Formats: sequence, C-alpha cells, structure tokens
Amino acid sequence: MTAATNVFGTRSSRMAVILRLPWLNWKLVLGVGVLILMILMEFVGPVFWDTELARVGSVPTNMVPVWVEADKSLGFKEGSPDYPLGSESNGREMLALVLVATPRSLKVGLIAASLGTITGIILGFAAGFLGGWLDSSIRILSDAWMTIPGLAVLIVIASYVREFDINSMALVIAMFAWPGPTRIIRAQVLSMRERGYVQMAQISGSSVIDIMFKEMMPNLLPYLAATFTSTVSSSILAATGLEILGLGPTRIPTLGMTINNALRASAILRGMWWWWSFPIVMLVTIFMALFLMTIGLDEIANPRLRGIQQ
Amino acid sequence: MGGLSKEYVIKRLGMFLLTVWLGTTVIFIVPRMAPGDPVQAMIGRMLTEGSNVENADQIVEAYRERFGLNDPVHVQYFKYLYNSATFNTGYSLAFFPSRIDDMIARSLPWTIGLLFVALILSFIIGNAVGALLAWRRTPKMIRWLLPISLTFTSIPAYMIGIMLLFFFAFMLDWFPYAGNYARGLNPGWDLEFIGSVIKHAFLPAMSIIMVSMGSWALGMRGMMITTDGEDYMILADAKGLTPMRIFWRYGIRNAILPQITAFGVALGALAGGSVLVEIIFTYPGVGYLLYQGILNSDFTLIQGIVFYVIVGVSIAVLILDLTYPLIDPRITYQRS
Repeated sequence: MTAATNVFGTRSSRMAVILRLPWLNWKLVLGVGVLILMILMEFVGPVFWDTELARVGSVPTNMVPVWVEADKSLGFKEGSPDYPLGSESNGREMLALVLVATPRSLKVGLIAASLGTITGIILGFAAGFLGGWLDSSIRILSDAWMTIPGLAVLIVIASYVREFDINSMALVIAMFAWPGPTRIIRAQVLSMRERGYVQMAQISGSSVIDIMFKEMMPNLLPYLAATFTSTVSSSILAATGLEILGLGPTRIPTLGMTINNALRASAILRGMWWWWSFPIVMLVTIFMALFLMTIGLDEIANPRLRGIQQ
Repeated sequence: MGGLSKEYVIKRLGMFLLTVWLGTTVIFIVPRMAPGDPVQAMIGRMLTEGSNVENADQIVEAYRERFGLNDPVHVQYFKYLYNSATFNTGYSLAFFPSRIDDMIARSLPWTIGLLFVALILSFIIGNAVGALLAWRRTPKMIRWLLPISLTFTSIPAYMIGIMLLFFFAFMLDWFPYAGNYARGLNPGWDLEFIGSVIKHAFLPAMSIIMVSMGSWALGMRGMMITTDGEDYMILADAKGLTPMRIFWRYGIRNAILPQITAFGVALGALAGGSVLVEIIFTYPGVGYLLYQGILNSDFTLIQGIVFYVIVGVSIAVLILDLTYPLIDPRITYQRS
C-alpha cells in the first residue's frame, strides 16, 4: 500500500497525506504553538515594549488598566495608554512584568522536565532492558520516591537555599520529576522487548544500543513526549508553588512571585484584580496548552482514541 | 480466597519504611549541600529583619541539640534518624518555648477536616459524573460536565481559590475572606458554630473539589466503558435485571476498584496543593502553620511539619494498599 492512496483507492493530494500524519493532531499543534509564542516573548517582548518597566518603582503605583475607570476612593490612579495593563503597588508595570515573567516560568518547567525525562529514559531503559536486580531496585526506588510529597520536601530545601536562580530551582525540582517518566518508559520497554521486531533485531545480532535507539526509541516517542509534557506541567506547578510561598528567585520577576507579592499586599481584598489576574491568566494558558498537548499526544499514542480513520 | 498474604503485608510495610526513610534523608542531606551554615544564616536573617533575638543562645542551643551540629555528619545523621523515629521534633525556633508537636496538633484537625471532606466529596462527585458519562441512558445535560470539569483539572487548586475568593468573598460577599470560624464564637457542637465552620471551609473545599473532580470522572468513564463490554454485563441485561441494578451492582462495583488505588496517589499531590489553598484562605491548618514557619525562617518548624506530612501521606498510602485486597476479592497478591 502506498502512502498516497486513500481509502477509496484513488490517489489523494500531497496535502491530504500530510494532513493525515498523526503528529499533525490539532490539539498538539495548538498547544505547541501557544508555548512557542510564550518562549518567543523573551526575545520579541523587548522589541516592541520597554521591559525595563518591570523593575520596582519604574512607573507610578496603583494604576488601573486603561479600559477601567479608577476608583479614587480606594487610592487607584487613572490608567494611561502608556501602561495599558496598569501597575501594582511596587511601581512595576503589569504588561512588562507579564512579558518578562512568562517565559521564565515556562523555562523552569522545561529545564526541570528535560532533566527528569532524561533521567527517566536512562533508568527506565536500564530497568526494562537489563532486568534483574537492577530492575527491582529501580522500580522500588521510583515507587517509594513517588509517594514522597514533593512540594513539601521542596519547601524545606528552598527555605534553606534562599539564593535561588532559575537554573538551580529547576535542578531541585527535577529531583522529583524523574519517577513518573521512569515508570512509564520501563513499562513500555518491557512490553516492547517481547515484540517481534525487537526479537528479530536481537537474533540478527544488533547491539543493545542499536536496539534501544533504532528499534525502540521511535516507537517510544509519543509516550516520551506525553510524559515530558505532563512533567513540564507538574514542574511549573511546583515552581510557582514555591514562588507563591516566597521561596523562588527573588531578584528576577516570575509569575509566581508576582502572585506572592499580590497576596502579601492583600490585592484581592483591595480590589486590585489586575495585579493577580494577569499572571494567573498566563499560567492558566500555559497549563491549558500543556493539557491540550497531553491529550493530543495521547491520541497519537493510542490511535483508537482518534476513532477509526484508516 | 481473597485477603492479605503475609508476604504482601511485609512488602508493603517495607515500602512504607523506605518511603519515610528516603523522605527524611532527603530533607537532611540536601540542605547540607547548600553553601553556608544554616544556623548562622538564620540568626543573621533574624537580625536584619529586626526580629527578637534576645534568646539567640537558647535558639542556637535548641538547634544544635536537635541536629547535634557539633558532631561529625554521620553521627548527626543517625541522631537525626533516631529523633525522627521517636517523633521527637523538638522546639520551634521562632516561637521558642512552644513544642512543634503541640503546634501541629493544634492545626491538624482543621487540615484533616478540610482535606478529608474535600477529597471524599470530589471522589464521590467525580466518579458519579464519570460513571454517568459512560452510561447510554445518561441525559445530554450531564455530558457537558466532563469537558468543563476536565478544563479545571489542568489548573492548580490555589488559582481557583484566588478566583473564588475574589468573586464570592470580595465581589458578592457571600463567604468570609479568611479564618476557620467567626470571631467570638465558642467552639462547640452547637448549630451556630458548625454553620460558621462550614461557611468558612466552603470556598477552600470547593477549590480542591473543582480541581480534583475531573481526573476521577475521566478515569471512571474509561473504566465504565471497559466494564460495559464485559460478558457479564450482556448476561445481566439478558437476564432482564433492571438497568439500575446493572448500573450499580455490575457496572460501578467493578469499575470503582482501580479508582481506589488512584486515591492513594492523589493524596500525596493533594497534601502539597492544599498548603497553598490554606495560605490563600488564611485557613489555620498545617499548611498555614508551614507558611508561618517560612515567613519566620523557622527551620525546625518547617522540617518538623514536612516530616509529619511525609509520614502522614505514607501511612495513608499504606492503609489503602492494605485494604485494597480486602475490597477486591480477585486480588490476592500471592505471586512473588
């Protein structure tokens, strides 16, 4: 069967073939697109907006967003088109703050999840492929590690290590990001080891490395991507959790730190909704995008979920 | 024959001890890999923050007593393990004469109450929604619930909490902003007090329920669809049993089992997430106490609370693991 033949036996256009590729799942594409836009913010943001305004005291305090009428009795100042999303009580401009903070929050998640997934790949392959005592010790360790409430332990660590930057925070969070990937990859490797094509490769004398990377890896990709995505999500959750507790990086603004500042200044009860809602909107967008990606990847990994198409 | 085999119980107990040991070891080792002396750092921070450091010597002594900082590291470690094993968490640094155990004991009932109610409710509602979704006779209205509740699943509980606080406490003024019961009420089993407690716990509980419901529903839906294809369902239908009986006794009874295992995993995640929910709502549970510890750089308090959280979550998982074979007679765990 040639790839360009559709169900009716007629040759379809090239475009139609591309559209039928499983990786072009709209949920996945949309999720990835949103995240790429957010990462690009770091580079594109400074081009059209003065991100220096995210510093403390760079604009007048307590300005409302430009489309809202300021309630002078609560001490709010009239908004101005120069500062469209208003400002908070420390004189940071909200638009600049969101532009600076969003890519950073995303970055912590990406670094932590990469470290966790790589560790997971190594341990999962080792456990599933080599078996024996190595398998049982890795399995027991990851099972036990999974039960440890990660955020609680992270709080202890972060309260000692106060001088955090983005990278060291990601490193610490990665400590709790590996058991999930390890378990999933181990299970997949175990089931794959028994399949015909892997056994065929073994019989024909391929090396272990060859079998791992040429035979198994391509089939593992959707699972790997799905684990990676959910690990990014849980890492960002942990990172913002620490930041909201005031345990994140203190010098550079992040979304969680902005929410922490808002909570400390009781912005909710003062009616300064723009202070906490813009960071929350960005975080919700990140989580939704990652969630969409997970669903999309799930549909790629389990074609049954897509409904019968072929 | 169902039930617990000896091997299984021993294995689970071993797993429990391993988890607690790993957790306590991590919170011992990692802070020591960080540069600087934590005691000096803390005293320094207290001085710069202008706190009361009158009894600094006592504080340092309490700290050294708890962790034996003058000893070599491996002796420190064994002392620490011994203290942990005997549940000797010592004194708070910032509120010096108070014992950490007492402080936790005071706030624990509020956390357990809030978490327990929220977890049970979300489990029941979520599973009911999920089961109904997989059922052919379910009205269309309910089918809209899954996508909506799934959307909430991807958002952390404290964010829902902030939004609920803004809309229902600030804008509409339906619920109180903070605390566990109205000021001036005497704790007791009278209606006014209980009503006040429920009113205060409503929004925090709602934010946890809204977030955790979706994943239960999704899991239950999948299980029900699988169960629906089983032969015994067709047989039950053919025998002419009422749809209600088939739904409850044949469908839910079989589909709910894996959900109970997932309950244990959910606990760990919830323990972390509820810390933040308590802080948002100034709810005086263990999470809020932990926040006090963080604000005051009270390392012994933080470490003590986290130790109890690790033990508590592990015990809950152990209990679930041990009851699971009792609930599901098909599982005996006799295989090695």
